[in-house]
Amino acid sequence: MKNIIQHINKAFDHRIRLGIMSVLMVNDFADFNMLKELLGATDGNIASHTKALEKEAYIKVEKSFINRKPNTRYIATPAGREAFTKHIEALEKLINPNE
Amino acid sequence: METKNYLQDIAHIKTMMSRSSRFMSISGLSGILAGIYALVGAALAYLLLNTYPQYDYYDRTILTDDLGTDLFSQFLGIAILVLAAALVTSAILTYRKAKKLNEDIWNPVSKRLLANFAVPLITGGLFCLVLLQYGILGLVAPATLIFYGLALINASKFTVGDIKYLGLANVLIGLVATQFVGYGLYFWALGFGVFHIIYGAIMYHKYDRPSPKNGK
Repeated sequence: MKNIIQHINKAFDHRIRLGIMSVLMVNDFADFNMLKELLGATDGNIASHTKALEKEAYIKVEKSFINRKPNTRYIATPAGREAFTKHIEALEKLINPNE
Repeated sequence: METKNYLQDIAHIKTMMSRSSRFMSISGLSGILAGIYALVGAALAYLLLNTYPQYDYYDRTILTDDLGTDLFSQFLGIAILVLAAALVTSAILTYRKAKKLNEDIWNPVSKRLLANFAVPLITGGLFCLVLLQYGILGLVAPATLIFYGLALINASKFTVGDIKYLGLANVLIGLVATQFVGYGLYFWALGFGVFHIIYGAIMYHKYDRPSPKNGK
């Protein structure tokens, strides 16, 4: 039990961060507005949580201009994918210890 | 109490993954209605053929003389009407379902869905025009079924449900139809009519039906 808990990643221990990672796992990238719509969160909320994930190097941020409007894209890094997969596995084990 | 939290986390991950990559709002009912329109259209086409008794549908030289072009434009009219009715119905029903599910009808996923559906379909449409150009009429019906099926398979990555199997079924009978030139109308009725009704009924039963117990 102890070492399962170790795999529970504190960086994902928040609904918004969990959501951001989930979206980025199944999409090549997501832009700011897409995340905002999907998660139903405020600008500031998304900004601070993406920053936290970026600090952990779990996501990569690409800023560019589309039709002269600034556009921010988020991409999951290989390290982020690995960490998130481990996190999900740990969650599943906690729920279903027999498997 | 801890476990409950983890369960919620897993549920949240699942919804976010599917909502961000799959368009959920395609209505099963629209499949049923599209199938019915197709059957009505096929029946009309069949009746239309019978009003030209001197005309043998199974004769492969059909639609080559003046009478043929007349018949052809009426056929085309029916086909366009059926297509338009099916599109409008499914657009309305999808819009309604999207509203109910609180999903944006024009989001990145639905755009990708549409693009992936459109590429094989438009290719198929152009290819059929080429077949018409060279007068290879017997292969038009099989080609529409095959390309439509491929379009469905291609789009299935971006939505839930069993649309992939509807696509496979259409490709299969399209291929079978190539061996029965002259019976295109029957294969059309089967592929666009019967298959859609079966598919729509399954989808409606699985996802749309208001169920008292909210399973899963």
